[in-house]
Amino acid sequence: MSFDAALLKKDFPLLQRIINDKPLVYLDSANTSQKPQQVIDSMSHFMETTYAPINRSAYQLAAESTDAFENARSMCRTFINAPHTNEIIFTKNTTEAINLVAQSWGGANLHAGDVVVLTHMEHHANIVPWHMLVQSHGIQLRWVPLTSDGQLDLTNLDELLKGAKVFSFTAMSNVLGTLTPVKQLCAAAHAAGAIAVVDGCQYVPHNVTDVIAWDADFLTFSSHKMCGPSGIGVLWGREALLNAMPPFLGGGNMIGDVRLDGFTCAELPAKFEAGTPPITEVIGLGAAISYLTAIGMDNIRQHEKETITYALSALNERYGKDITIHGPTDPEVRGTALSFKFKDVHPHDLSQVLDQSNICVRAGHHCAKPLMRLLGANATARASFYLYNSLDDVDALVNALEGAGDLFSL
Amino acid sequence: MPGLEDLYREIILDHYRTPRNRGELAPPAVKAEGHNPLCGDEIQVYIDVADGMVRDVKITGQGCSISQSSASMMSAAVKGKSIDDIRNLVRRFKHMMSIEEEGNDSPIDESQSLGDLEALQGVVKFPVRIKCAVLSWNTLLDALNNA
Ligand SMILES: Cc1ncc(COP(=O)(O)O)c(C=O)c1O
Repeated sequence: MSFDAALLKKDFPLLQRIINDKPLVYLDSANTSQKPQQVIDSMSHFMETTYAPINRSAYQLAAESTDAFENARSMCRTFINAPHTNEIIFTKNTTEAINLVAQSWGGANLHAGDVVVLTHMEHHANIVPWHMLVQSHGIQLRWVPLTSDGQLDLTNLDELLKGAKVFSFTAMSNVLGTLTPVKQLCAAAHAAGAIAVVDGCQYVPHNVTDVIAWDADFLTFSSHKMCGPSGIGVLWGREALLNAMPPFLGGGNMIGDVRLDGFTCAELPAKFEAGTPPITEVIGLGAAISYLTAIGMDNIRQHEKETITYALSALNERYGKDITIHGPTDPEVRGTALSFKFKDVHPHDLSQVLDQSNICVRAGHHCAKPLMRLLGANATARASFYLYNSLDDVDALVNALEGAGDLFSL
Repeated sequence: MPGLEDLYREIILDHYRTPRNRGELAPPAVKAEGHNPLCGDEIQVYIDVADGMVRDVKITGQGCSISQSSASMMSAAVKGKSIDDIRNLVRRFKHMMSIEEEGNDSPIDESQSLGDLEALQGVVKFPVRIKCAVLSWNTLLDALNNA
């Protein structure tokens, strides 16, 4: 099957919307993705036919609900090629998953003076949880710098990792689009005796993910960026690490026993899933994984590589030095997040102008303020593409930028 | 749908391209900083207060056309005014942006013309941009409270 983004777009009811007589051009999937009918239907159907508590009740309906829920967990395992299904922990999102690792693994294993290594391109979700351990435990942070074209500068990586306990990094930058060499980074972490935490929030929705091939220790991702509903995310971790960690949140479902003088924990994965989870959302995540898998993650990556190649050359050819595109120029090492500066136009004003053509882009600091400082910007405009964006969408962006420069020229 | 011309009036773009009262004031002038965590806009407001009057005002910072032009117009509007008049003006401006001060039902004095500030009225039709327009005004309030 040849990949046809225009055809896939038809699966997404929201993308059919006409606003002020114009079609919608949704270029903000790095922020959050739209949902196909298949996902919407699976959630409605589940609520109409199967919704019931999970893990708690003996009646048939509850058993069916639990089966559907656990089936989604097993799909997550396959999707990232994790060794065991009980290593898939449902969280609220990537943010909560990284906090879980920092608070639980970090809280138990890190002490004053211990080193955690991060990179200069991290999202706040992979910075602040570690800063919190600086405050509570007195750990130290080290930062992997960037090259001028927005890749990780690995020249002194071994030096930076020396004595470190954790190396936590993104597999793809949400600002620069950079794909990082995850396998190499995991190996470097292990050589230094550190664990490797991979923030897969931007990577997993767009690429084939294989935690065994990477030899990672933890991986986090969010359903809402991969055609699934919001409110659900995943932490994968090695069974031995998860087993040795203290619980994160306490409450129902995560206990073995509770007495007046204490409690014991449930086995994995329940140990890290306190309280009633977003049940229908988990079903939706499972449906999103089915949807993406049927299309093929390698096909999606191939389409996106073509899209970004086209976008880079179209923007550069049309606007030359009026546009500065941040991040790598080589599509082999970048995904589809495309941040840019256009003339002197502030990103906020730019996105306002683009909105006149129903083109949705993000303007702001993208929750990556340390990186923004490095770029010397308070904000950038970012277009990001997904499986449902065709080259026509790129053309719409390129054309709509035209008038923006004149309006705001200083 | 409101068009761009409702938002980007010529007078706004003029203040954006040629901002008034740019720069810093040395202490004892009071400095306040504001930022919009959503978009990264930053602003510093310096005021020189004596005898219940704002004698001088200066602005630094970076941001979009709406936040920068609003700051520029604000500086022009408050320079040389009494603190009471300025507080009334802040309330009036925020009222124009459909932001009401909680627990204050006293009438707003609308006898004076708003001048250039009138041009920012179109911002209300673009709710996400209201924050941009009021950033400098809230920062000014901070400065007044510290003066
Ligand atoms: C690289 C990266 N990490 C983490 C996050 C946080 O994800 P969430 O908001 O789903 O927790 C994001 C979201 O933008 C991201 O792009």
